[in-house]
Amino acid sequence: MRYLDEYRDGAAAQKMLRQIERVATRPWTIMEVCGSQTHAILKYGIDELLPPQITLIHGPGCPVCVTPVETVDQALVIASRDDVIFTSYGDMLRVPGSSKDLLSVKAEGGDVRMVYSPMDALKVARDNPGKRVVFFAIGFETTAPANAMAVVAAEREGLANFLMLTSHVLIPPAIQAIASSPENRVQGFLAPGHVCTVTGYAQYEPLAKKYRLPIVVTGFEPLDILHAIHMLVSQLEAGRHEVENQYSRSVTREGNRQAQALIDEVFEVADQRWRGIGVIPCSGLRLKGRYTKYDAARVFALEETASREASVCIAGLVLQGVRKPPECPAFGKECTPEHALGAPMVSSEGACAAYYLYARRAGTAR
Amino acid sequence: MTIFPECPIPLTEYPRVLLAHGGGGRLTQSLIEKMLEPSFDNPYLAPLHDGALISLDGTRLALSTDSYVVHPPFFPGGDIGRLAVFGTANDLAMCGARPLFLSCGLILEEGLPMDDLWRIVLSMKEAADEAGVQIVTGDSKVVERGKGDGVFINTSGVGAVLPGADIAPERVRPGDEIVLSGPLGLHGIAIMAMREGLSLEAEVRSDSAPVFPLVEALAQAGIEIHMLRDPTRGGLSSALNEIAKKSGAGIVIDEERLPVSPEVQGVCEMLGLDPLYVANEGNFVALVAEGQGKKAAELLRRFPLGSEAVLIGRVVDTHPGTVVMRTRIRGERIVDVMSGEQLPRIC
Repeated sequence: MRYLDEYRDGAAAQKMLRQIERVATRPWTIMEVCGSQTHAILKYGIDELLPPQITLIHGPGCPVCVTPVETVDQALVIASRDDVIFTSYGDMLRVPGSSKDLLSVKAEGGDVRMVYSPMDALKVARDNPGKRVVFFAIGFETTAPANAMAVVAAEREGLANFLMLTSHVLIPPAIQAIASSPENRVQGFLAPGHVCTVTGYAQYEPLAKKYRLPIVVTGFEPLDILHAIHMLVSQLEAGRHEVENQYSRSVTREGNRQAQALIDEVFEVADQRWRGIGVIPCSGLRLKGRYTKYDAARVFALEETASREASVCIAGLVLQGVRKPPECPAFGKECTPEHALGAPMVSSEGACAAYYLYARRAGTAR
Repeated sequence: MTIFPECPIPLTEYPRVLLAHGGGGRLTQSLIEKMLEPSFDNPYLAPLHDGALISLDGTRLALSTDSYVVHPPFFPGGDIGRLAVFGTANDLAMCGARPLFLSCGLILEEGLPMDDLWRIVLSMKEAADEAGVQIVTGDSKVVERGKGDGVFINTSGVGAVLPGADIAPERVRPGDEIVLSGPLGLHGIAIMAMREGLSLEAEVRSDSAPVFPLVEALAQAGIEIHMLRDPTRGGLSSALNEIAKKSGAGIVIDEERLPVSPEVQGVCEMLGLDPLYVANEGNFVALVAEGQGKKAAELLRRFPLGSEAVLIGRVVDTHPGTVVMRTRIRGERIVDVMSGEQLPRIC
């Protein structure tokens, strides 16, 4: 397939690996922030192909995994209501709340529907004026513009039965939280290309400077990732700490101004709870001003439930890059994709799912 | 008073049947292995092949059944009627049997347009002729509106096992070569594209077709077939994992050799799906004796349906029960059974 096969070319990958081997003289620990990158790394076996002195650590960049259990519990309550059609991306349907997931609510009779975009949810709202249609609006800066657009469209059309349950998270504050943690062992970051397509990468520059950490913006194909690792290791070896853009076919320093304006119109920055990690200041987005009337949590006036996590699950540590999935005592035993204790085991971007799917053989996953 | 034994499915985890129990992945497997197989336990069922092998007065027969609940009922390249005929005929072919007779159970929902039903029936007739089978018995029921999805079809079939055929997981051994008879994902993507209203530049058509002539050609050419499986629900990954698990063999496949059309790949990239897990209806994998894979693939390529047949991998004596893929960039990774339904990713 044109424009894809080129980034999955075996010979080019081998060449890039040899270049990495040549440049890496010391051990380096690198975090790929984004869950899609984690999956690509394990799906193509990149972790096994890299020279042993390079350690990859998986970051918190799976929006499904970091959606707080409290919000998932709220979703379950809303989705169980007779007067609601609950719409969500497929990924969220299997994420466990305190006691069950959205697919279980569906099996019990709740009207839970999978959609591909908030615009699909808007259509459901138009087609079902007698019901309240709630869209589970989660994600990083990548999905925020489309969600904002859906709210603006609902406002323009006067669609009173459309609501959103939001859990938006932002990448730079998460990188800052990891970089400033006393437990941090990450020496350089691979930043997520999709997010930077929207935001640009200028906001990563103060982070690189403050924490003396090189950051390379990259994509999701094996050659993108290998190329970015080469760029990052070259910086580390040279003692540089800059933001570099490997993903220039999609990302500019300024990003997509129109998308940013749309986000600013509808959302405001707020403190945000990350599942397994806790509250990170100014790391989320919430509906603001006249758009708060679309906030499902507010409209349904949901009381705080006593949400709880499975005690044995170490998803929080996995998401912070402190531990790897196979180090969890429940990994592959009590916790599998069919019966997950933590969100990283069910999300298609989750690190635990990536290990379970692609690297479960003993000794294959470093 | 009858005392029922406790349900073997953990009710704390699964108090109700989920859609994923029918997705062809791990939950389907658990339903079969924990509930159905031990309850109906007998030597004919035990191999859990696509059909049961029965010997009557020295004649070896294969018996198979399947139900069809596809939505929408009409799709590019086929319809539920063709699927119901070819699906069961192909399951018989996977036992090395020539499909002969089918039964047909129709469950119709009140309100189904009569014209749709007529189209489906005609299509079944045409498909039966194409597959060389006769529909010799049947049943029809109508359920109230809202209690069905238009039309459900069950077909069961009987076939005569080819002379000398001995196709079973136990015959799989290291060195066996794995041939895939046609491209991946056409059926699943044709349905999904239609369901999701995707308008594609080039239409993806279901590969729904009878595969017995291809199996027969292999057998007639003296290819030693150890195992056959059609990668329907759950796709190629489930088919290979079932073979690996049942036979205890290790399987290695080569990503670069897998035939995936640009259209199928495109939809998969767009929706975040993996062609390895997408359903097929007109292809199969054949595990043949060492050294015969190339010849088998060449033979299959003489048929229009097998024109893209390719040797995709082999059986090894390392990593028993596991399927491993050599990736395009020459890494290695596990190919696991799907966990429930494939759900498109968020970003």
